[in-house]
Amino acid sequence: MTGKDEAEFSRLLRAAIAGDEKAYADFLHRIAALVRGFVRRKVVQGGVDPEDVVQETLLAIHVKRHTWRQDAPVLPWVYAIARFKLIDAFRRRGRRIEVEIDEIAETFAEPETEKVSERDINRALDGLPPAQRSVVSSISVDGQSIGETATRLGISETAVRVSLHRGLAAIAKRFGRQ
Amino acid sequence: MRTEDLIKALDADARDKAMPLGKAWWLAVGVAVAIAAAVLFATIGPRPDLMPAMHTMRFMSKFVFTLVLAASAFALIRALSMPGASTRRAMAWMVAAPALVVLAVILELFVVPEADWGKRLIGSNMMICMTFIPLIGIGPLAIFLGMLRYGAPTRPVLAGAVAGLLAGGLAATFYAAHCFDDSPLFVATWYTIAIAFLTLLGAIGGRLFVRW
Repeated sequence: MTGKDEAEFSRLLRAAIAGDEKAYADFLHRIAALVRGFVRRKVVQGGVDPEDVVQETLLAIHVKRHTWRQDAPVLPWVYAIARFKLIDAFRRRGRRIEVEIDEIAETFAEPETEKVSERDINRALDGLPPAQRSVVSSISVDGQSIGETATRLGISETAVRVSLHRGLAAIAKRFGRQ
Repeated sequence: MRTEDLIKALDADARDKAMPLGKAWWLAVGVAVAIAAAVLFATIGPRPDLMPAMHTMRFMSKFVFTLVLAASAFALIRALSMPGASTRRAMAWMVAAPALVVLAVILELFVVPEADWGKRLIGSNMMICMTFIPLIGIGPLAIFLGMLRYGAPTRPVLAGAVAGLLAGGLAATFYAAHCFDDSPLFVATWYTIAIAFLTLLGAIGGRLFVRW
């Protein structure tokens, strides 16, 4: 981890919060790779699927992005969330681990390797009310835009945004309760 | 759902704006102060000799203790609700209020003859004190626990306890305007018990309600 990375990530998230969707996508992709590297190094035994923790962390970063102080470094904030979610995942499976902060410095970004398995997030998605579920899966799994989803489902773009927002918040909440 | 797909959904939801946590905390404290004031004035009210009392050291010292407690707890709870924020300095400031109380108790023991210690300690208001500090503080505590849910505390139980200290500090500040027992001996005993109760309640609340 270098100071340059930190400055770049902070810049991207600041731009994202100001409304730049491209910067946000960029931020999330790079953060996902970083968090994946961190989590994979911590999860050496079975029981916890690293990618579940990555997804849970990304959702938490998303719904809690107002808790980042824009003048503070962003990476300690990201790793604090990832560590919290990782410990939570182990706790849910009845295991205790210690996650050292200083080992974060050795983390390297890792690409996603596709794996066909039942994800925690699918269970959370299935538990959503039908209207929210169809909006969330249209935009995520089917890769449709807000406008395309609105046309396909015959509802307004505002309604799509509201359902998407509520659906993601509900998934984030459900993750923690499983 | 692949992580790639999840990112698409998060990105599409980028436009949604939530109030920055730091600002929200100030708002929450404003509302909590209004609630605490409303409860005090609607029930026991300030003591009638409030103006002359303000010229006495003992009366004013109560506000120093409670406001220092509230201010240090506020700084700490803000840091605790932001992931990755350093809490060391805010944690160190938490000893300020207890240290001031201990100092005041020592001074009081020097100034007041030993025969009066018991009378000063027991005072005349201890039941009211232990009833009304929690009563005034319960609304603010609920607000602060709500704020912790809005935030992202990685140590929910500790953050909940600090929410109790903050609510206790605020409630005790308002209660102090009512109470006739100004001796540090009284404050150190009964205020502490009442605030400890709110702290315990906050810790339980943090354990049960603050999940994210």
